[in-house]
Amino acid sequence: MMQFAFFVFAAITVAGAFYLLFTKNVLYAAFSLLLTLLGISGLFVFAGADFLAVSQIMIYVGGILILLIFGIMLTNNKNFQRTNLQPNKIEVEHHNLFWAVLVAVIVFLVFLKIIFNANFHIIGKKIHNGSSIQQIGINLMTDYIFAFEVIGIFLLAALIGAVYIAKKEKV
Amino acid sequence: MIAIQNYLVISALLFSIGLAVTVTKRNAIMILMGIELMLNAVNLNMVAFSQYDPNRLHGQMFALFIMVIAAAEVTVALAIILKIYDYFKNLDLDEINSLKK
Repeated sequence: MMQFAFFVFAAITVAGAFYLLFTKNVLYAAFSLLLTLLGISGLFVFAGADFLAVSQIMIYVGGILILLIFGIMLTNNKNFQRTNLQPNKIEVEHHNLFWAVLVAVIVFLVFLKIIFNANFHIIGKKIHNGSSIQQIGINLMTDYIFAFEVIGIFLLAALIGAVYIAKKEKV
Repeated sequence: MIAIQNYLVISALLFSIGLAVTVTKRNAIMILMGIELMLNAVNLNMVAFSQYDPNRLHGQMFALFIMVIAAAEVTVALAIILKIYDYFKNLDLDEINSLKK
């Protein structure tokens, strides 16, 4: 049963990613990215990372994806739309699709070879199942306290920089 | 219990698709989506290995920091993309090839 649920989430993830690769409509691509991110958060749950699954939904789906859709809608050039009957038809052409897919397939095959040749000595170990929230909290306040503070300042700097870059210049 | 190879194969597939999206698409926002896909593939690897390390959870901590970095990256990139759109009225990366007109 758990295997079945795992492969359902894996199929959702991979199907979303493939649709993202082959679609031409930018808005549909954003929604297929939504599917992929939700599937990945499901896979996180199977790997025992409950806190990360919730943060994946909150940060990626609630933040980054909304931001990307805002970007798509703000940069929508009317000349590229076909008719007003299909207002969400924002198309983008591919280039070098054949070669890019060929290179990606080769990279994937190399990864597969590495994965199945690697001899992980952790494979037989039993997996601890349980909430990881307490351990993450302890880690953030002890071992990773410096990285935690630095990333807070980094995020603040990135947000101020983004606001400064995006503001309208007075001509 | 799910074998770790499952996670690794899914992650490799996501990384390859992200690479193909980044190379193929001509819209700057689509390229950002490809980068997000690749970052997610790496996160999946980190979390999959982290389940064998329940007392330390280094992998999950790394995945958390990667998420924050991705959020910062996408905000700055979208600000730059909006400026590019203001200037060129276009986001096709084959057309945007001059620093100044």
